Amino acid sequence: METKSFQKIYYRLSNITKATCSLKAPGVGYEEMAFIQGRAAQVVKIIGDEVTLQVFSGTEGLSTDSEVIFTGESPRMAIGDHLEGRFFNSFGKPIDGYPIIEGTLREVGGPSVNPVRRVQPSQLITTGIAGIDMNNTLVSGQKIPFFADPDQPYNQVLSMIALRAKVDKIILGGMGLTWDDYLFFKNSFEHGYGKSKIIGFINTLEDSPVERLLIPDMALSTAEYFAYEKNEKVLVLLTDMTLYSDALSIVSNRMDQIPSKDSMPGSLYSDLARLYEKAVQFPDGGNITILAVTTLSGGDITHAIPDNTGYITEGQLFLRRATEISKVIVDPFRSLSRLKQLVIGKSTRTDHPQVMNAAIRLYADAANARTKLENGFELTDYDKRVLKFAEDYSGKILAIDVNLEIDQMLDQTWQLFQAHMSKDEVDIKQEFVDIYWKN
Amino acid sequence: MNNNLYTCTGEITAIIANMVIVKANGPIRQNEICFYSHNDKDIMGEVIRTDGNYAYTQVFESTRGFKVGMKTNFTGNMLEVYLGPGLLTKNFDGLQNDLDKMEGVFLERGARTYPLDVDKKWTFKPVAQPGDQVLAGDWLGEVDELGFPHKIMVPFKLEGTFRVVEIARANDYCINDTIATLSNEAGENIKVTMVQTWPVRVPVKSYLEKLRPSKLFETGIRVIDTQNPILEGGTGFIPGPFGSGKTVLQHALARQAAAEIVIIAACGERANEVVEIFTEFPELDDPRTGKNLMERTCIVANTSNMPVAAREASVYTAMTIAEYYRAMGLRTLLLADSTSRWAQALREMSNRLEELPGPDAYPMDLSAIISNYYSRAGQTVHRNGSKGSVTFIGTVSPAGGNLLEPVTEATKKVARCFFALSQDRADSKRYPAIDPIDSYSKYLEYPEFTEYSKEHIGENWLEDIEFNRDALIQGREVYEQINILGDDGVPVDYHVTFWKSEMIDFVILQQDAYDEIDSNTSIPRQKYMLEKVNDILRTRFVLGDFEEVRNFFKKIIYILKQMNYSEFQSDKFIGFENELQKVINEKVKD
Ligand SMILES: Nc1ncnc2c1ncn2[C@@H]1O[C@H](COP(=O)(O)OP(=O)(O)O)[C@@H](O)[C@H]1O
Ligand SMILES: [Mg+2]
Repeated sequence: METKSFQKIYYRLSNITKATCSLKAPGVGYEEMAFIQGRAAQVVKIIGDEVTLQVFSGTEGLSTDSEVIFTGESPRMAIGDHLEGRFFNSFGKPIDGYPIIEGTLREVGGPSVNPVRRVQPSQLITTGIAGIDMNNTLVSGQKIPFFADPDQPYNQVLSMIALRAKVDKIILGGMGLTWDDYLFFKNSFEHGYGKSKIIGFINTLEDSPVERLLIPDMALSTAEYFAYEKNEKVLVLLTDMTLYSDALSIVSNRMDQIPSKDSMPGSLYSDLARLYEKAVQFPDGGNITILAVTTLSGGDITHAIPDNTGYITEGQLFLRRATEISKVIVDPFRSLSRLKQLVIGKSTRTDHPQVMNAAIRLYADAANARTKLENGFELTDYDKRVLKFAEDYSGKILAIDVNLEIDQMLDQTWQLFQAHMSKDEVDIKQEFVDIYWKN
Repeated sequence: MNNNLYTCTGEITAIIANMVIVKANGPIRQNEICFYSHNDKDIMGEVIRTDGNYAYTQVFESTRGFKVGMKTNFTGNMLEVYLGPGLLTKNFDGLQNDLDKMEGVFLERGARTYPLDVDKKWTFKPVAQPGDQVLAGDWLGEVDELGFPHKIMVPFKLEGTFRVVEIARANDYCINDTIATLSNEAGENIKVTMVQTWPVRVPVKSYLEKLRPSKLFETGIRVIDTQNPILEGGTGFIPGPFGSGKTVLQHALARQAAAEIVIIAACGERANEVVEIFTEFPELDDPRTGKNLMERTCIVANTSNMPVAAREASVYTAMTIAEYYRAMGLRTLLLADSTSRWAQALREMSNRLEELPGPDAYPMDLSAIISNYYSRAGQTVHRNGSKGSVTFIGTVSPAGGNLLEPVTEATKKVARCFFALSQDRADSKRYPAIDPIDSYSKYLEYPEFTEYSKEHIGENWLEDIEFNRDALIQGREVYEQINILGDDGVPVDYHVTFWKSEMIDFVILQQDAYDEIDSNTSIPRQKYMLEKVNDILRTRFVLGDFEEVRNFFKKIIYILKQMNYSEFQSDKFIGFENELQKVINEKVKD
């Protein structure tokens, strides 16, 4: 960013902490952007003429006589079609080796959609993964995270879904990605899609954690441009939102705010909701769907980050290693898509809700039978059959490397019902049994 | 109200997120509204603390671009809402802006819209006569608002006794037309229109007295009406972890509860859930009156991405609108989802004010704030003898699903019904996931309700409920034994006791919110089914082993559920009932 004549320049910092610094600077605006020795910073507090700046790349090595330039503007970036196929860092600088882009600057992190202008989401998004399409169906305009352990292949699953989803644009917001994961996303997207569909905003583990705070707003403002101005279907991937939240807590702690649960800022709910609520179905057909990752520590979903996330998002997906087949599945018990009711049995086959429920019920019976077995109780004939059903169901249908159309998932589940169970045991409405139960 | 006359002005001296300090050049009033001039727009804020000439204010919108020195105008008025015909069917934000009137898809900063329609004509009928002595809240006349007799009242703000000098003839008027002239004791004339304003943080107290609740407030939800009843003018709350069914339950209440007016405060939750109401309610009818559901509903939507301070205001805006309809003698239901988001808004502001934090960093007076709010509900009697009510049910979203947290604990102290949603029940899809053992209704202990239930529901209603509940608890107890000792390790009787409790669970407690018939059960039907189930509980059966017990009860449960899904007393219903009797007769011990 070059210096313009109206920009104010100062040379005296009065206070420097790990993430912030303060100085006397009259006349600056709240949330205005500034540069300290070339490092991007934003106004987070003004008291009289004392201004506190959050320095995104950290304050290491800043001296009290650093040059501070105020831009006179809130965060802006050049958003437009020219972003297609490109990867950027938290400050909008290209990291893909191609030239810098000029374009009209637009505000980042702008206003919310009027709730009465929203349209109820109703378009199915298919992924080929039965644990999603059949059991936790996704809908355009939905926001949903994976709650994953750090060692689970969540980024692989995310990229697989992105590749299979029929959308116009994929926007990746990477926060604290390893460089390897960044290249993995970049390569697999460019391979699977050709470049034009993808845009990435990437903060890697090598960058300062506070910089991550800029990523979701850039990704979502870009998504808004394509979904609202161009009526496109946009899928936004945000990984890892736990690292984003950690950055929030770093800043709020430096500003001496009273932490609430798990040392997170008291505003965590509002901070996360502001981002996730950018998921929307616009009246003119464009939409923004958000698939995020929230990594858990020790599987604890009562920790403030997953807990607040769960209260905001429209369901959550859990990955689990199914021991009976030694493969990863989307956990049918704990996962939930709150919007699935809007499409299942409506955009999909009418037997879908009943088949889904019946299979999960049997899968739960199998889990009980397994517990019985482990506790040394004897298994009934039903227990044994339901265990067989469960093994086939997870291996042939749920495993995430299986790629099926929804009709195929339903047909194959019917086949498993017939192979292992009786009609009573499956307990599905007669009208569907008449059609799909083949003698 | 003339908002153009500012009481004093000031300049901004500090900005910390949505907390702004203003140095004023005149007297400032706690909770008065101010407007900051920002780029030709007036942005609204509220004084939440004063310190000498300094006003600590919360800004109802984003403070992006605010600067020290920005001019601020103080209005002298507290945050007020406009009350008059036309509130029903409206969608407001937390500050009562009419969201439908806002231009564009995005909510632009500083945009404000008038909540009512000034050009719409209402057919007015006078009720009062010239010469009548009237007080605030007395009815002067009425207009027809979508079938409701919307009373035009002596403005709540008028203090003292007034004489009606003149009252408008029956005719069509706009809300700002004068419909009455009153004179006060000093002989000054006051013109009254069909619209009045009221400060939301102050309870409307135009009634004579508040009554103890006594009448059942029907919700059609069995686990509430039968097991944990809420009464007209009563209070209840629904705590539960995310995904346990708070919102689905509130929407069911909004659709089918026996209220004349329903006010919904969507407070800091998902925008898509409000869209669901916008989309579905216009397609549905009130099961009791047959009128469109939207016509009895007013929505105050301040979703999680809308400004936090306005979220805090939204619950008060909604409560004031509910109190307004109560003063007309209407049975009003107020729902708020979620009151925890309101408490969190308080916490954010308290932290910015650097107040001494209480538990979990919530403000120290959280409990008092929640109590004051809940106590605005209630059944009231007015001077003309009419009775109205505000029944309030809020949801609570406890952090980590742990009920030992400040908002749940503070709410528990005031709300009389506790509908605890359980994660286990939700996980096993036993909806509504209201825990039958942990939940309670204090109203069951009210002698007023005992009397009411004997007269209106049944002589033995309360005994029947208790009997049923005991059977449920016994079932829970033996279930633990069975789990420890194994299916074969306990007498067959244990299995019978357990399966009898499962029958209660599946037939009475569980209810399909998405099924047109099952979702809404009338009181006579609830009584019928409770008696049916209790009869089976009392019956002794001859059953060989535990598998036979299970199969037998699964069959019974299946048939009873089919009854639940059938029109009450229809041929289909009676058919299932006969089938049930046959199955039972085969195994009855004589
Ligand atoms: N009564 C019910 N019947 C069927 N499904 C329900 C019921 N209540 C909740 N659910 C399921 O649980 C999901 C979450 O419910 P919701 O009310 O949104 O939870 P909360 O508000 O507690 O987070 C719903 O999307 C639905 O799938
Ligand atoms: Mg909810």
